[in-house]
Amino acid sequence: MSAERASRAGWLFLAPALTLIGVFFFLPVGASLVLSLTNFDIYAVADPRNAQLVGLRNYRELVAAPLFWTALKNTFYFVLVGAPLTVLVALGAALLVNAKLVRLKGFFRTAYFAPYVTTIVAIAIVWRYLYHPRYGLVNAVLATVGIGPIDWLGDARWAMPAIILLVVWRNFGYNMLIFVAGLQRIPTQLYEAAELDGAGWWARFRHITLPQLAPTFLFVGIITAIGFFQLFAEPYVMTQGGPLKSTLSMVLYMYEEGFRWWRLGSAAAIAFVLFVVILAFTLLQLKIQREEP
Amino acid sequence: MKGGRRIQQLLLHVVLLAGAVATLIPLVWMVSASLMPTGQANTYPPRFFPTRVTFEHYAELFTRLSLGRYLFNSTVVAVSATLCSLLFNSMAGYALAKLQFRGRGPVYRVLLAGLVVPAQVTMLPLFLLLRAMGLVNTYAGAIVPAMATIFGIFLIRQYALSIPDDLLDAARLDGASEFRVYWSVVLPAMRPVLATLAIFTFLSTWNDFLWPLVVLSNDVRYTLPVALANLVGEHVQDTELMMAGSVLTVLPVVVLFILLQRHYVEGIMAGSAKG
Repeated sequence: MSAERASRAGWLFLAPALTLIGVFFFLPVGASLVLSLTNFDIYAVADPRNAQLVGLRNYRELVAAPLFWTALKNTFYFVLVGAPLTVLVALGAALLVNAKLVRLKGFFRTAYFAPYVTTIVAIAIVWRYLYHPRYGLVNAVLATVGIGPIDWLGDARWAMPAIILLVVWRNFGYNMLIFVAGLQRIPTQLYEAAELDGAGWWARFRHITLPQLAPTFLFVGIITAIGFFQLFAEPYVMTQGGPLKSTLSMVLYMYEEGFRWWRLGSAAAIAFVLFVVILAFTLLQLKIQREEP
Repeated sequence: MKGGRRIQQLLLHVVLLAGAVATLIPLVWMVSASLMPTGQANTYPPRFFPTRVTFEHYAELFTRLSLGRYLFNSTVVAVSATLCSLLFNSMAGYALAKLQFRGRGPVYRVLLAGLVVPAQVTMLPLFLLLRAMGLVNTYAGAIVPAMATIFGIFLIRQYALSIPDDLLDAARLDGASEFRVYWSVVLPAMRPVLATLAIFTFLSTWNDFLWPLVVLSNDVRYTLPVALANLVGEHVQDTELMMAGSVLTVLPVVVLFILLQRHYVEGIMAGSAKG
């Protein structure tokens, strides 16, 4: 094939996707940065000429707004508790499902994974009823062991844990599959050799499984954290960010600023802060992983 | 020793089964509550199964609350997004994997860099752009972010790398045009990854909430999640009705997942392999 023919074909095949991604993704990313430096508000929505560049004013106002810090704190609470919990449950489920003695592996894998394919909005509505202080199943189960009743979504201390529980339930199956794939890549000879040396279950887990899974942990950790930073539908449907703003996430805050109050400049600044936070968090995880022996 | 193994095996299954029950209970309760007569899901102590099975809530959703329209909207959006994504991503992914051309490296690196930008960053200007183009409140507006995706291109590229060059060159020697090579040789060879991409795209557009919420402001065009979130505002007391709506929203994707789970599960596992 001539180089010229290949070059033309390559660009022709790329053209549709690149055009779409360029116009509807990269262009808006750049525009978003500019937008965050303007006072774009409801008057500018009516006529964009009303918007003016204001430098870093949106960012300065955000830093001074208590609600911004609440949203940031809630989001970190959600990520720092929810993501490790999801990863741990996923690892546990993967070890169980992948155990040699287990029959019906396919059934268990499907059952654990099923919540992940469900629609978040629908499932958040279901859990809203499950969390009902009087008629909900969660409190009914807890009552059998003498706990409760807890006003899950009406109490500022419990609303975020309630959302975390729902999100762990919906997401662990996905990470479980990735762990199962990681477990299946560990050479069986390693375990056989360890068994010959008389290593017990725990020793094999610590010295073979965990180190061999290190790259999987990194992948799962990054993917889960990135996804969790974007929490939106669950608090939107279940609590509207309440009670007392205890479940207001960064994305929900951005949505309300941008599409409820039409302060697009300020909302774009929130989006960029979120972007920087996610990026920093990802780089941090990569760095920690690399420094570990 | 043998007896110990059996006890171990039994215990393992008890734990797994308990986990499966706990995982599936919310979904089973959703179905069960959707079949209860009005008011029965709000009794104390809570009951799990209906005393009498009724489909009245489903009937009400389709007659009075026009759920059929939202079902139709969701289907149009998810199916057209899936078809576009299959075509555009497979072309681009194949080109990046198999065609040598000037500028391939830079394109690859720019796309890779784009992977770290969360979609929320684009949403505000994208909304203004689509408004200027007259695409707010249209199906096209709802599918725009899913038509071609960086994730999809990389998924395809990864798979296309494994297609032998000899296969492509043989077709070229037979005088096939580049498009012909793509259409008759490359696409059939990529069938498994196309199935994976299709189910990924369908599920994510069907389940998506934030973007349709932003771009569809007229209830004639609502997708199911947007309609449902809206409905719960007015009908929060009607637990059984809301559960019927949730079942109708979740059922199509769960059925699709069960039918195609091989491709989906393999796609997730393969996607993590390079990680």
